[in-house]
Amino acid sequence: MNILEISDLNVSYGTSQVVHDVSFSVKEGEIFALCGESGSGKSTILRAIAGLATEWTGAISVLGRARERGLSARFASECQMVFQDPYASLHPRKTIDATLSEPLRIHRVAGNHGDRIEEVLDSVGLDRRFRFRFPHQLSGGQRQRVAIARALMLQPRLLLLDEPTSALDVSVQAEVLNLLKKLRREQGLTYVMVTHSMPVISFLCDRLAVMRHGRVVETADVEQLKADRMTDPYSQELVALSRGRPDQKSEKTQ
Amino acid sequence: MKPILEVENLRVSFPAPRGRVEVVKGINFSLGAERLGIVGESGSGKSMTGRSILRLIQRPGRVTADRLQFEEVDILSASDRQMRAVRGARISMVMQDPKFSLNPVITIGDQIAEGLVAHRRLPRAQVKEKTLEMLRAVRIADPEKVVKLYPHQVSGGMGQRVMIAMMLIPEPTLLIADEPTSALDVSVQAQVLDIIDELIRRNNMGLILISHDLLLVSAYCDRILVMRNGEVVDECAARDLAASTHPYTRGLLAAMPHLNETRDELPMLDRRSQAT
Amino acid sequence: MSTIDWLIDDAPSSRLQARAGRLYRLSRMLLRNPLAVVGIVIVTALVLVAIFAPLIATASPTEQDLANRLLAPGADHWMGTDELGRDIWSRVVFGARITLMIVAIVAVISAPVGLVVGAVAGYYGGWVDRILMGLTDVFLSLPRLVLALAFVAALGPGIENAVIAIAITTWPSYARIARAETLTFRNAEFISAMRLQGASAVRVIGTGILPLCTSSMIIRVTLDMAGIILTAAGLGFIGLGAQPPLPEWGAMISRGRAFILDQWWVATMPGLAIVVVSLGFCFLGDGLRDVLDPKHGDKA
Repeated sequence: MNILEISDLNVSYGTSQVVHDVSFSVKEGEIFALCGESGSGKSTILRAIAGLATEWTGAISVLGRARERGLSARFASECQMVFQDPYASLHPRKTIDATLSEPLRIHRVAGNHGDRIEEVLDSVGLDRRFRFRFPHQLSGGQRQRVAIARALMLQPRLLLLDEPTSALDVSVQAEVLNLLKKLRREQGLTYVMVTHSMPVISFLCDRLAVMRHGRVVETADVEQLKADRMTDPYSQELVALSRGRPDQKSEKTQ
Repeated sequence: MKPILEVENLRVSFPAPRGRVEVVKGINFSLGAERLGIVGESGSGKSMTGRSILRLIQRPGRVTADRLQFEEVDILSASDRQMRAVRGARISMVMQDPKFSLNPVITIGDQIAEGLVAHRRLPRAQVKEKTLEMLRAVRIADPEKVVKLYPHQVSGGMGQRVMIAMMLIPEPTLLIADEPTSALDVSVQAQVLDIIDELIRRNNMGLILISHDLLLVSAYCDRILVMRNGEVVDECAARDLAASTHPYTRGLLAAMPHLNETRDELPMLDRRSQAT
Repeated sequence: MSTIDWLIDDAPSSRLQARAGRLYRLSRMLLRNPLAVVGIVIVTALVLVAIFAPLIATASPTEQDLANRLLAPGADHWMGTDELGRDIWSRVVFGARITLMIVAIVAVISAPVGLVVGAVAGYYGGWVDRILMGLTDVFLSLPRLVLALAFVAALGPGIENAVIAIAITTWPSYARIARAETLTFRNAEFISAMRLQGASAVRVIGTGILPLCTSSMIIRVTLDMAGIILTAAGLGFIGLGAQPPLPEWGAMISRGRAFILDQWWVATMPGLAIVVVSLGFCFLGDGLRDVLDPKHGDKA
């Protein structure tokens, strides 16, 4: 079953159109990557799905229901988003506890909020002693875990990830990528992930769409990426850039 | 080879509620007309090392060293006036984000020229000629047009090339590049680094490339220092990086996903302390 | 575990402890600033004097004693007496109550109004912003004293009307600050995250945006206090504020003006009180700015 279907999506900001005629679909349980360089419109697509960008035409459907423009409470419990910058995505004046209990309070979830918070903290690998800290007392990787925990509070089925590891150190990136993989396995989540890093796609994702100037130039299986069998010249160029860099340069240096 | 820069037992510390905390804990290196890479994760002290060479660390931060010698200048004891003559003219620094480093209300041409006239008196026609030449050197296709633009009118990649032009126009002997490309796309990244590389070789300069990206540094440097928690933990020739035996370097390399990834889980570095 | 360890614990175990810890760190920083401490002492003294005025005053503030008119400061009358033989020290002490009341009422009315108007305008933008900010500009362009005159003309002279007039002319500047702050946060990722969780606009503004505006608001209100006190005193001085026999400082100066050359203390003593209290609020405001300013605040 397709958990997300997008057809003929066009998104604009004011007078400039940033996404042109994009169509793709994502199966339940899949990890789908949108990749491309900055300005290719990949993040805009996520924002349109999430409801943060409202000027779009075409059709988006999530869990079989057509998406309205804008935000709704029901959608919030089906689909959540994790942002790129863990330093900007947590409210600086709220403790981790307050940040995590917010979705429960908004949706008037019954039961003991404290238990649920500790359960989610456990599942993202954060010790309980972080619960009453403020974001500035946490490292970047820990903040990103909190952001993921916040997205999981309402037990959504689809997670939108906007460059979730690009602001992190390599070793922390590895931890967060492992965590995302583990969460998908344990909770049967579906991810749509925006990234510019081909190696990250290779590690985490099942399929990918390569974007350029607001259009999808190629949709491929991750096996094609690994075997270097991408067909579009632009995707090949992107792959070559992330593959060839070290070898190619060290030759030149000799 | 006569060293351009010699650093011995460099320490940088900042005050904290419970005494001073050292962010750079006694590092040593010397640099000739070569390309040195300093790699490390955030908090490793790599940027502080770069900044302390230009004496850009402000109070209450404190820099000490047994020796911090740039050519004939003893950086720690030099007067502010001497330092101003060194900064920009003889040691230049390229920072991460051109958006914050370029003055938004001055045209690109004027900003580049400023780097030139601040240290030398030259006739106007010659300043203009050199500015255009420099922009051509950083592969800007239409320099006559670009000199009249303001920083917000150019892309990130072009902004960073303008920064490089600005930094290299006084013909410094040492360039410190602190994450010069991390705000840029991969394709532009390679371009910018190629330009830096070419100019460094042509002018026989020294380069300190500071970055979190091991592969990038190994591609563009001769020698690499790996820093962690303020200390140099590993040092090797760039081409031997993959063969490094140091557990931390190996750990960093292993933690990076590959383009042809078959591992189900990435190995994680064990951290000495998870807290804060 | 001692109280201080509990307060600076890196891993607090309850909401209360986390909040208390933050408050403790902020007050530690505040107490390290000597001027701020002077400000705290003055403002605390003002509050205490106002509360315990009957105990501190040596005589009734309103009782006249025409036999002892215009006595110079001395053992019996620490600040001398005025033209009706009232003890100036006691009048200054009771005047603290009026000053504190003015300050409190203005803060209670104008700060929240300004905060909400500014946050709503900044968050929604578009026509809501234009209407609210247009309204704000109208109020901002009215000179305080002129508006106060109009008010007093309409409602009769008195301290209450003066306070209302001051409050009405004060909130627009708070609205401007709150709007500017809101604009910097409106598109922040943590606000987007709140909206994505289904939070209503009221919740986003109330729990997401307002807490971030309050620190600059506290600073601004504290710094403005001096100005508010001076305006109230000014109104009292021209006879449109507190009415006799209320011991309002501005009105007292106004009465003392007639004797300024021969009996300097009649006008000087309340003037001194105004200077000290205004300075106190300024020092406190500056100290708070150093501690609460968004640039430093995150590290606190």
